[in-house]
Amino acid sequence: MNLTLKIWRQKNATTKGKLQTYPISDVSPDMSFLEMLDVLNEELIEKGEEPVVFDHDCREGICGTCSLQINGEPHGPDRAITTCQLHMRMFKDGDTITIEPFRAAAFPVIKDLMVNRDSFERIQQAGGYVSVNTSGNTQDANSIPVQKNNADDAFDAATCIGCGACVAACKNASAMLFTAAKVSQFALLPQGKVEATRRVLAMVEQMDKEGFGNCTNTGACEIECPKGISLDNIARMNREYLSASMK
Amino acid sequence: MGGIFNSSIARKVAMALSGLFLVIFLLLHFIINFTSVFSADVFNEYSHFMGTNVLIQFLLQPILILGVILHFVLGFVLEYRNRSARPINYVRFNGSANSSWMSRNMIYSGLVILAFLGLHFYDFWIPEVVHKYIESHPDDPFRYYHETVAKFESPVRTGLYVLSFVLLSLHLYHGFSSSFQSMGWANKYAKGLRGFTVAYAILIPLGFIFIALYHYFNNV
Amino acid sequence: MSVLESKIPAGPLEDKWKNHKNDINLVNPANKRNIDVIVIGTGLAGGSAAATLAELGYNVKTFCYQDSPRRAHSIAAQGGINAAKNYQGDGDSDYRLFYDTIKGGDYRSREANVYRLAEVSGNIIDQCVAQGVPFAREYGGLLDNRSFGGVLVSRTFYAKGQTGQQLLLGAYSAMNRQINRGKIKSYTRHEMLDLVIVDGKARGIIARDLVTGKIERHSAHAVVIGSGGYGNVFYLSTNAMGSNVTASWKIHKKGAYFANPCFTQIHPTCIPVSGDHQSKLTLMSESLRNDGRIWVPKKLEDAKAIQEGRLKPTDLKEEDRDYYLERRYPAFGNLVPRDVASRAAKERCDAGYGVNKTGEAVFLDFSAAFMRYGQEAANTQHLKNPSEEKIKELGKKVVEAKYGNLFQMYEKIVDQNPYETPMMIYPAVHYTMGGIWVDYNLETTIPGCFATGEANFSDHGANRLGASALMQGLADGYFVLPYTIGNYLADDIRTGPIPTDSPEFEEAENAVRSQLEKLCNNNGTKSVDHFHKRLGKIMWNKAGMSRNAEDLKSAVEEIKALREEFWRDVKVPGEVNELNTELEKAARVADFLELGELFAVDALHRNESCGGHFREEYQTEEGEALRDDENFMYVAAWEYTGKPSEAILHKEDLNYEFIEVKTRSYK
Repeated sequence: MNLTLKIWRQKNATTKGKLQTYPISDVSPDMSFLEMLDVLNEELIEKGEEPVVFDHDCREGICGTCSLQINGEPHGPDRAITTCQLHMRMFKDGDTITIEPFRAAAFPVIKDLMVNRDSFERIQQAGGYVSVNTSGNTQDANSIPVQKNNADDAFDAATCIGCGACVAACKNASAMLFTAAKVSQFALLPQGKVEATRRVLAMVEQMDKEGFGNCTNTGACEIECPKGISLDNIARMNREYLSASMK
Repeated sequence: MGGIFNSSIARKVAMALSGLFLVIFLLLHFIINFTSVFSADVFNEYSHFMGTNVLIQFLLQPILILGVILHFVLGFVLEYRNRSARPINYVRFNGSANSSWMSRNMIYSGLVILAFLGLHFYDFWIPEVVHKYIESHPDDPFRYYHETVAKFESPVRTGLYVLSFVLLSLHLYHGFSSSFQSMGWANKYAKGLRGFTVAYAILIPLGFIFIALYHYFNNV
Repeated sequence: MSVLESKIPAGPLEDKWKNHKNDINLVNPANKRNIDVIVIGTGLAGGSAAATLAELGYNVKTFCYQDSPRRAHSIAAQGGINAAKNYQGDGDSDYRLFYDTIKGGDYRSREANVYRLAEVSGNIIDQCVAQGVPFAREYGGLLDNRSFGGVLVSRTFYAKGQTGQQLLLGAYSAMNRQINRGKIKSYTRHEMLDLVIVDGKARGIIARDLVTGKIERHSAHAVVIGSGGYGNVFYLSTNAMGSNVTASWKIHKKGAYFANPCFTQIHPTCIPVSGDHQSKLTLMSESLRNDGRIWVPKKLEDAKAIQEGRLKPTDLKEEDRDYYLERRYPAFGNLVPRDVASRAAKERCDAGYGVNKTGEAVFLDFSAAFMRYGQEAANTQHLKNPSEEKIKELGKKVVEAKYGNLFQMYEKIVDQNPYETPMMIYPAVHYTMGGIWVDYNLETTIPGCFATGEANFSDHGANRLGASALMQGLADGYFVLPYTIGNYLADDIRTGPIPTDSPEFEEAENAVRSQLEKLCNNNGTKSVDHFHKRLGKIMWNKAGMSRNAEDLKSAVEEIKALREEFWRDVKVPGEVNELNTELEKAARVADFLELGELFAVDALHRNESCGGHFREEYQTEEGEALRDDENFMYVAAWEYTGKPSEAILHKEDLNYEFIEVKTRSYK
């Protein structure tokens, strides 16, 4: 099929960017979206133009590197997938596809479609861990049973791949779903409970400091999350935060 | 306690609490107004009580006004912060793919409600204050019904009221249930609660619309 | 010839590691503060090592090319992690895990290392649970296990289909704790481009900031390479797009021996290639082989009809299907080790029985599992005379609960519903057992340079068992290297900070810069991917799942010629001093083009078949691998001399004192 791509080109963080139009032909419906961009880049290199820069790595939907805003939605129109798992069969011959970087003050553009998500790193560094040393003498893994539903909920929260789609989808560029997933995973497990108070306060404080917007419960994050992380995690974090603030 | 009052979550909770307070007030207001449909006397009685009771006039009324102001100011702060969290907008943003119109446009439904409040104050509250505290008319427990009904003679005003209540409904549709989420409510009753809030968001504004139209057509 | 000292401690197998830990030197806490360690790669091996070293008190700098340490490709591991916990009470033990690993590796790994691995495996699970890794649990609240290929016990711990991500997030959270304390400085979007050796010791690296293009010098008292494997030499593999051999290859060129480069694991259950545009292959977890049955048509004409779309696989009668793994290996059936399963698939496809358009796929069929689980579910629900349809429906629900996400992923990629028609799978390059040669202390032949995880060669011999890669990465990083590196660093407590203005740093930086500039100014006509794809074709066709001397010889020549062409004709747009993704790729492919040659040389010299290395000349009458223990029971460690094909071979003989060497049989 033949398509028209409108791609955001921006030289670096300090220059202004704009949409540029590229026609592309003979796209196979079996291609992934990123493979389609590979083809475009090969053509651009051939013509002596600079290829479009975009983030990608594992190409199997787990590393969370890829990040495009496609036709106004993070990771494109399909659900429960990352951009690398989006296939061209989701589009029709003759379609115009707008491709932009994830946009947020806390995700500055590096170049073209590549953004800097270090703000996520700093949120996790602020408290996203259990303070346990690697001694080889920690207690036996089965010494503390964990209720299966808690273990399962913790796992569901922990499936977050840190891609930033929640921020990109949110009209407020809020990072609540991401932060909540991290807080929830630990809050639900006995190992993480010990530090829960300190953790939630520190992580929320860092989240606010990074300049993300405030949650207004639109729910866009949950819909666009490639791993389907539930809004319940946000409620849980709110709860955790309130009770931690009272302590 | 640290920066709780500065934190995004604390602001959300303040938003939720003030919102819930206004939701309760709205119910009360509705009940009193609704009496006007079937009994001028009951309406007058309730209105007289509300308008003359010292506790209500000098304690609850200021709290209510503060609540309204807090809710609006916080709403503007939220909106400002949220806009600056994305300084460069998307060229193409498909919000309807993943969220409701109501949830994305609380600021606009809120602004309409604010404008309506202005009209409402102009219509009722300011004349009331002038009547009671500036011009110092003698107490008349039977004036409320006529004054209220008289306002709905104008089709323009009635139309504005109806429109405002539609926006109020949209505002409540998202805001009421959202406030529980903000306060961390997520359990097996959440679904039922959501149903209740939706019913409330539709029925109460509809009731107000009914009252406005009822008096309008009675006047005709 | 041999200068290889494996430094295996003396004594009984069970006591070696314990005694060694008691014997080696330690660095006191106050002195650790004065010692810097660089860790390249932040996957399970690098991330866990960095976190533990920082906990101990060393100043750690980590480097990864990704934008976050959490995105290293360990994250993609699906199935699980082995540990000899014996929670299931099915007779598991350290010895049994050790035995399974040595046997699975076809007797080409080092006994002492593997035993140590088995010994610390239990600690890994304890550690991860303490960190908050949400492993799957049973209703009683205790940890659940499942079974993987090549073993007869259930010792695999898992977190649905994303064990790798959960373990990596555990290691990453441990890193975050140290970053927050200021003990780790994390350099993301940085790539190591050379090792700096001062007075014969590894003392730092040259790295490029991938965002600004700036070339930087970083010094340390020791350098740890945990940068993963080199499966991307095949272009198409299950590795991430950025996975590369550069760190390993650069230290090889500076004196670290490269061991067994030809030992590559081809994973049997991947989604088949769909076309020329394909950039990467997707793995379907090995756990699927617990319940799926692998087959191709018995008759060639049926295979042809299926290839051409004239016949639906579901219409083929049971007696016309060839469940070739169950036929050839009745004892292990569909759960034979990966190398055996992959080769068997290739054998059937080469004979013309493949089932997709190109004839390069076999079926993985769950219909029997639907019926089996469905019957079970019908029994527990006390349904009387349920219809076949009803049973199937119940069975599908059970399978969905177990593998739902994998089925969904398959449908997204292939656009076929695997609940209705059998999946198609084909082998793909997945893991490299070969890597940098290390001694028992995980130190390479360069003093002060260590290698952990997939980057080293040590534990898996010629074939790795499923769920053992995660185990090795974390064992090396959490429990082995942090001790053994102390033995080396004990001599460095008075050294003080290493200056970066020495001539050695200068020289290394200049070499890196001139290579990058050469690539950028080459003015060629063909893109980097063009060369990478061609290299991949050579590797897959001539050094892939089965190899022969003639092909390998021509592969050596073709790779050499391709490398020359690459340097003559590659086109890299943009500059060195800016973000330049094509330049990053070019530098990596340049190294693959050298490694590929050594790979073929190694495969050519090893005149036997073992594990993942299958030489067509050396097979039994039944087509099984024919090992030559007399002549090849050694580790081939190659020393770089300037040209990959002229590398000098050093042998580390493998002595099996505690295990009886047998012919591997899964029949």
